[in-house]
Amino acid sequence: MTTVKKPSEMDRRTFLQVTSVAGGGLMIALYTPELLAQRGGGPGNGPLPLPSSYITINPDNTFTIVAQNPETGQGIKTALPQLIADELDVDWSQVTIKQADYDATKYVSQTEGGSRAIPTHYTRMRQAGAGGRALMIAAAAQQWNVPAAELTTGSGMVRHAGSNRSATYASLAARAATLTPPAPADLRLKDPKEFKIIGKGLGGVENMAITTGKPIFSIDVSLPGMLSAVFEKCPVFGGTAVSANLDEIKKLPGIRHAFIVPAPAAGGRGGAPAGPASGVAIVADRWWQAQNARKSLKVVWDEGPVATQSSAGYAAQAQQLSAAKASQKPAGGGQSADVGDVDAAFASAAKVVEASYTIPLLSHAPLEPQNSTAHFKDGKLEIWSPSQIPSPAQVAGSAGIQAGDVLMHLVRAGGGFGRRLNSDYDIEVAKIARMVSDERVAAGMPTVPVKLLWTREDDIHHDQYRPGGFHYFKAGLDSDGKMVAFRDYVASTASVIPANEFPRGFVANFRVSSDAVTPFSVPTGAMRAPSTNGVSFVMQSFVDEVAIAAGKDPLQFRLDLLANPVAGAPAAGGGGFNAARARGVLEAVRDMSNWNRRASLPKGTAQGCAFQFAHAGYVAYVAEVSVGADKKLKINKAWAAVDVGRQIVNPSSATNLVQGGFIEAMSHLMAWEITIDKGRVMQNNFGQYQPARMMQVPPMIEVKFLQTDYDPTGLGEPALPPALPAITNAVFAATGVRIRNLPLVREGYSWST
Amino acid sequence: MPSYALTVNGQRRTVDVPEDMPLLWVLRDVLDLKGTKFGCGAAFCGACTVHVGNTAIRSCSTPISKVNQPVTTIEGLSADGNHPLQVAWRDIDVPQCGYCQAGQLMTAAALLKTTPKPTDAQIATAMTGNVCRCGTYMRIREAIHAAAEGRRA
Repeated sequence: MTTVKKPSEMDRRTFLQVTSVAGGGLMIALYTPELLAQRGGGPGNGPLPLPSSYITINPDNTFTIVAQNPETGQGIKTALPQLIADELDVDWSQVTIKQADYDATKYVSQTEGGSRAIPTHYTRMRQAGAGGRALMIAAAAQQWNVPAAELTTGSGMVRHAGSNRSATYASLAARAATLTPPAPADLRLKDPKEFKIIGKGLGGVENMAITTGKPIFSIDVSLPGMLSAVFEKCPVFGGTAVSANLDEIKKLPGIRHAFIVPAPAAGGRGGAPAGPASGVAIVADRWWQAQNARKSLKVVWDEGPVATQSSAGYAAQAQQLSAAKASQKPAGGGQSADVGDVDAAFASAAKVVEASYTIPLLSHAPLEPQNSTAHFKDGKLEIWSPSQIPSPAQVAGSAGIQAGDVLMHLVRAGGGFGRRLNSDYDIEVAKIARMVSDERVAAGMPTVPVKLLWTREDDIHHDQYRPGGFHYFKAGLDSDGKMVAFRDYVASTASVIPANEFPRGFVANFRVSSDAVTPFSVPTGAMRAPSTNGVSFVMQSFVDEVAIAAGKDPLQFRLDLLANPVAGAPAAGGGGFNAARARGVLEAVRDMSNWNRRASLPKGTAQGCAFQFAHAGYVAYVAEVSVGADKKLKINKAWAAVDVGRQIVNPSSATNLVQGGFIEAMSHLMAWEITIDKGRVMQNNFGQYQPARMMQVPPMIEVKFLQTDYDPTGLGEPALPPALPAITNAVFAATGVRIRNLPLVREGYSWST
Repeated sequence: MPSYALTVNGQRRTVDVPEDMPLLWVLRDVLDLKGTKFGCGAAFCGACTVHVGNTAIRSCSTPISKVNQPVTTIEGLSADGNHPLQVAWRDIDVPQCGYCQAGQLMTAAALLKTTPKPTDAQIATAMTGNVCRCGTYMRIREAIHAAAEGRRA
């Protein structure tokens, strides 16, 4: 890099910077208010932070575009560069993608969670591209002495029709580097009709590498001299290692290090321990040697107080709580709702419906087991992280260094689903790599990188589980079949409390309250669509029950509710629930699925519906199922109507995500359940935690994107939740049996083959 | 430590490893072929699928001492990445996270050797041991049909 052009529009919210690079190229960067704030105030107060250099114009007129976010299969490594490339007005074939390292001084929000990447970056990435295009036009206008308005762009070229001249961006780069970049507010973004790359179903940028077995995943990281580690933790949550037969382990083939990692002191982020859980690390030349040594490992554990807890105990306590407190008014505070006079409405209702629902704890089970690779050397840590929320601060705390001494590379991960929102593998490898290096330095040996790899069993035993829930519902109908009161009491095991869920805002009297099952010490965390992945099942199933009790078409019953918000009642959804959009997806899926002709389906075959507002998106499903007398369940077809705003960035990956969301729901539905006994997880591997498989997948899951006139929002999460109740509501329609407890295998169901 | 001679992707290789070391870890950590993936270690998920002879097997549960025919991994499925299945996988944009896809491709390739024009039911039977946690099964099925029919999407 030779010259740095300071931006002129210092007071603008966001601005661009250009830097020439060796060989005649140009780098285009985007500054944001967040980055400016980090260095304490506006521009001019000291050195500029390093720019987030999204675009490099190479001398051969190809373009290197930075993908800033972690990729775990959601397609963001393709989608964000699509936004830049289109506005830059280059051909996709001219583009190569480069994964950014984690760098808070360059990039904003390098995280994967909450389906937030598209809403956060949709305009920002387009500005970076449009800024590059504007610079190229300005450079050409200057070079040819023609008005910029007479210039057009395309395929990485600027053209002047009047004089029949054209120039590649690369040939203009040196001149562009001397120009003042435009302020983003002055940029002209394309009209969507002009999009050539945004809205195209381009294949994932790593599809060639994936289909040819290139080493692109976190587990594939391989470094000179690298050792491989396993980490045995106490099977009981919170238990600690007291002693182990380490001397015996160290004599086994290939074993280089074996040590106990002590329980961390408190003091980490949010009061969490500043380091990994206690356990025993075994570090070997090759991973299989370390794993094999575990067969000989004997650990004395202090299992701690959680060893008395069990799923059966939680369930028994939930029953007691509901019997004592389900009918009481909420004490207030926390997550609760008490709108209108629920008790009076129940007392005067013509009909009352009551039902209890349960959902289990779930493990995320991404297919790539947890792993991370780190090298601790001279007080600094270099780490290759597959995390969805990369955190140098967390790994620094674990390694006993400052965050500034961490260099963090982001590596593709084999699935996220929320599991990698928690970086326990990064935290563990940071500590283990530090301890390995300390041992080696003390012995006069060079430090080496260490890869930590969990087994599938480790992953199922040591997750942050999707919380289960015990829900006790009651609804009241008037003599016209109109719902007048709705109540959910939750005996909570760190459960999601649906205090803002539909039908809130659409029924005059609405109450949600909860009490905690205690003690409950299972670690819980977010899983794909964290606020609704289980709540959608219980709420949309019970609403279905109420519709049936009212003698109504369950889809029309929902539409009628949505069309009649209760005056003065707080709306559902907290974050801006829009009833018209919810109706839109329900009406669309009704028409797609021929819902109104479902009575003509053969006996034992039926349709069910559900909708969900989740993570700013609206999704409605109809599922058509057949249920045999032996409780063999087959999904014949499903239809999805999806509203995530006016622009789908990549329809191919978007459709894939919706279909995958439905299929993930099939896993939740049929077989997934984590149970606890003596403070530990009872399931070990996929044999006891069966994901949906090819055999069970319907011939077609039809997906329609409504593309309403709202800002684009994300899609990773919203597609999952309503798939569960759509299927179970269809099971009810086919059999008259209401599914109130998951998973279905507990009720004797299995997939038809 | 015993020594094993084996043919991997057409190349003769000799490895000095314990007899019970799974083929998966010989491929990944001794021969540095990282395309074959570790998913469960117990033959439940199929991420580790490779061919031994013409048969798709689970390399995580196959000791090196039991390998007595040539081994083909995803890296050796084609010379240039253009096996009809690989082309179809990219045409149809099958992958999400991509972690299972090497195993899916190897199982599908073994299927097409014995059943060049499989039905949906034959695909389901052959592929059902391969988990895709992201749920790309519909595209996998479509891509197998496309490859079998020599069709470009």
